[in-house]
Amino acid sequence: MNEADLRAVRLPAAPDNVLDRLVERASKEGLVDISYGEMDSPLGPLLLAVTDVGLVKLSYTDYDPDPLGDLAARISPRIVRRAARTDAVRRELDEYFTGERREFTVPLDWTLVRGYGVDVLRATVAIPYGHVSTYRNVAIEAGNPRAIRAAGTALGRNPIPVIIPCHRVLRTGGGLGGYTSGIERKQLLLDLEGANR
Amino acid sequence: MSLPPFQEFLDQHKDDVYRLLVAMVGQDEAEDCFQETFLSAMRAYPSIRADSNLRAWVHTIARRKAVDALRGRRPAAVLADHQEVLAAPGDGEASADLWHAVRGLPEKQRLAITYRYGVGLTSAETAALTGGSGAAVRQSTREALRRLRSVYVEEAHS
Repeated sequence: MNEADLRAVRLPAAPDNVLDRLVERASKEGLVDISYGEMDSPLGPLLLAVTDVGLVKLSYTDYDPDPLGDLAARISPRIVRRAARTDAVRRELDEYFTGERREFTVPLDWTLVRGYGVDVLRATVAIPYGHVSTYRNVAIEAGNPRAIRAAGTALGRNPIPVIIPCHRVLRTGGGLGGYTSGIERKQLLLDLEGANR
Repeated sequence: MSLPPFQEFLDQHKDDVYRLLVAMVGQDEAEDCFQETFLSAMRAYPSIRADSNLRAWVHTIARRKAVDALRGRRPAAVLADHQEVLAAPGDGEASADLWHAVRGLPEKQRLAITYRYGVGLTSAETAALTGGSGAAVRQSTREALRRLRSVYVEEAHS
C-alpha cells in the first residue's frame, strides 16, 4: 500500500438526504429558531426568514449582503435553510407581484420592530392597497404628530418591506420620499398597485 | 463579533465531519453519528463563545459520538457490520477493507490516517484538530502506513 492507494479512497461528502433529515429532526426537537428560503421577484432576489410566530424578515439580498448574520446577532444563531417553511409567504408574494393579491394574510413576527416603530408600522399596515399616505399622516396615526422624522426613520428600518407597505408612505405634497433599498423599488411597487398619487 | 448562522457553520463543516465519521464507524452508522453530532452542536450553539474554535469544537463532538457508537457495539454486531461495510455499494471493497483496518490502529495513527486521507487535510490542519504538532502527525502517519502495509500483505497471503 502507498499514499496513492489511500488518496484514492477519499471518503464521500455528506449526502443531501442526510442533511435534510438532520434539519427535520432539529426542527422536531425545537432547535430551529429561524428558517429561511429564497425567491426571485420583480424587485430582485428576496430572502424570507420565518420564526414559529411568523415572517420576521424580508430582505432584498442584492441590497442587504448579510441578512442572516444580522438575524443571528439580533434574534438567534439557530438559523437553517428550510424553504418549505417559507412556502406560504412565497405564494402570497408571487400572487401579489402578478396582481392577483391585494392583501397579505401570512402571520408576521414583530420581534425586530421596537418602541415607536411598532406604532408607525402598524399605522402603515392600515394603508390599503393602491392608496398612499404621508410621513406626517403616519406620525399622526402613530399618536405622535410631531415625530415626523422619527416616523421616517422607523419606516426606513422596516424589517418586512412589501408586506408592511412602507412604499405607500410619501412626502407631503406627493414627493416620493425615500426607500432604504433604492427608490426605484418604491416606484415599481406603486406602479404595480396603480397607486393614485 | 457574533456566531455565524448555524446553516453557515453546518455548510462549512458537514463534509469533513461526515468523512471523519465514515472512517471511524463505517458508512452504516455514520449518518446516525452525524445527526447526533450536529443536534448536540445545535443544542449548545447559542451559549458558546463567538470566538471559540468552532471547527475543533464540532470535530471533538463528532469523535466522541463515534467512540460512543463503537463502544455500544457487541462483538457480533462488529462482525456483521464488517460484512455489511464490505458489501456497501459504491464504497468499493478495497476501500471498506482499508478503513476497517484503519479502525484497528492505535488512536494517534488512526486519527492521522483518517484526517489526512479520509478527510483530505494537511498534517498541520490535522494537528490543529487533534493536538500536537504537524511533525508528530507526519510521524504517526508513517508508522500507520507501515503497520497497514504489513496487515495488507499478511491478508493478501493468507
